Amino acid sequence: MWLVVLRRLGLGVITLWVVSVLVFVGTEILPGDVAEAILGQSATPEAVAAIRDQLHLDRPALVRYVGWLTNLLRGDLGMSLAANMEISEMISGRLKNTLVLAGLTAALAVPLALGMGLAAAMFPGGRVDRLVTVSTLFLLSVPEFFIAATLVLIFAVHLQWLPAITYSTEYESIGQMARSLALPILTLTTSVVAHMARMTRAAIINVMTSPYIEMAILKGVPRGRIVLRHALLNAIGPVVNVVALNLAYLVSGVVIVETVFAYPGLAKLMVDAVTRRDMPLVQACAMIFCSAYILFILVADVLAILANPRLRHPK
Amino acid sequence: MSENSNDATQEIGLAAADARPLFQLSLMGKVGVGILGFWILVALVGPFLAPYDPADFVSDDSFGPMDATYWLGTDYIGRDILSRVLYGARLTMSLSFMATVLAFLVGIGFGFTAALAGPRTDMVISRIYDAFLSMPTIMLGLLVIAALGSSIPVLVITAGLIYSCGLYRIARALAVDIKVMDFVEAARARGERLPWIITREILPNAVVPLVSEFGLRLVFSILFISGLSFLGLGVQPPTADWGVMVRENLGGLVYGSSAAFVPAAAIASLTVGINLIVDDFSAQRGQEIAEEMI
Repeated sequence: MWLVVLRRLGLGVITLWVVSVLVFVGTEILPGDVAEAILGQSATPEAVAAIRDQLHLDRPALVRYVGWLTNLLRGDLGMSLAANMEISEMISGRLKNTLVLAGLTAALAVPLALGMGLAAAMFPGGRVDRLVTVSTLFLLSVPEFFIAATLVLIFAVHLQWLPAITYSTEYESIGQMARSLALPILTLTTSVVAHMARMTRAAIINVMTSPYIEMAILKGVPRGRIVLRHALLNAIGPVVNVVALNLAYLVSGVVIVETVFAYPGLAKLMVDAVTRRDMPLVQACAMIFCSAYILFILVADVLAILANPRLRHPK
Repeated sequence: MSENSNDATQEIGLAAADARPLFQLSLMGKVGVGILGFWILVALVGPFLAPYDPADFVSDDSFGPMDATYWLGTDYIGRDILSRVLYGARLTMSLSFMATVLAFLVGIGFGFTAALAGPRTDMVISRIYDAFLSMPTIMLGLLVIAALGSSIPVLVITAGLIYSCGLYRIARALAVDIKVMDFVEAARARGERLPWIITREILPNAVVPLVSEFGLRLVFSILFISGLSFLGLGVQPPTADWGVMVRENLGGLVYGSSAAFVPAAAIASLTVGINLIVDDFSAQRGQEIAEEMI
């Protein structure tokens, strides 16, 4: 079994390497001169020369890639072009803010989604199930900024319970922190819960169609007991897998949500970097987000292997 | 009831062997068709119905309220929101439609080729797609736009290529299943070439499963393109595009202006409408929509 898990971990490392190549190549495919493209209209010969020097554009791409990767592995993220600062300095505070946002969202979303998925799977086709499937279908179809705009109009404008925009993360009290984070967290939760609840429901219903459950039904075991005692234990593997997969989805969620609420997180920093075409900063942010994404998928796969004996033996 | 279903099944060829009605809309599905039909109509005739020019500063008020003159209010520089929404429908919908068509052509083309052309080609194409799938789509989008800058062709091609990944896997799996069937063997034995086998033998038998995929990818493309426009990295102002309109008017939200809400709701209703149809379609084919929605 551990061999399979180790192989999966090895695959994760290879994936991470492939992504590093993609991120590097992706920001290198600029047509023409990189320095001129970054500077745009303000390209004076001196400025172009300075950027070429800073990015070592006189060296071949492969040499630059190897240099970039070794620096990355040593934790040196390089210098931002636009801000002329160490990227690691710019990122640390932002990363913390994003982690706070994502962590609190996960803490709220996971139990909520599991509860909804379970309630829906209890009686497939029943009233609760229909309510959950229709409302989650609605929520996973709409863009995050629609959810955000709706929540702002309801809670910040009409009810005036919560502030609409999070400018600062210097909180004076827990209460103030909760109030200013409430809307971003609520928006993210809403979009993540929809996926997670549907997939939880599917995983449990999948187990519910197996022969031993049919046996329990025929034996006359009450429905609630079947779901909680018989189905749930076997569904834990797939469900934990679902949770990890959906937390990976947070990576895309934060990009929109941080922009809507002007939240000073890493995703907002990255979007600004893309706008300014600050390549080293874009590369660093992309690597952090992609690593998190790969990590969640890796965890999901490893948990699936641990939970399902059939996956433990390589073919 | 049974007469209608017979007509429908005959058109789709192989599936006619199935005695049950192939596709029957539930109430939710009908609502979806209604919403989609409405927006298609708006995309076609919207610009003729618009009361004002979408670029005109018709009012001195920024974030003017909804009233008899400006039905949906005015935006942050006093342009008529109704007119901008009506004009925007065409752009938002046609960009995502083009991206989806591109995703289909590329994904299905590579998927069928990989399944039929032999193990080495299959491996090369599959590994390349695996590499792209190891990144969240929004990150791929941001990287490409950081490198190439934002323009409409870049937007459509990026979205098209990103969403061809999922289609590639589905098309490849379908083709692997179909290619072992006798009629494909027969075509090979006849000496038909690969393009013939793909277009005449395999494609017709993969049409039904691919229809609901089209709807799903269309939703993804709408969300992706309008999301990038919202971030300021997609369609650029002053163009009337729904994603751009949300971004421009976001500041008014705090004052209770619905200028950002209206275009966001337009996108939401469009994507919900399409997904209601897709959900109906997949439910009857025993699929779970959420499996695909990441």
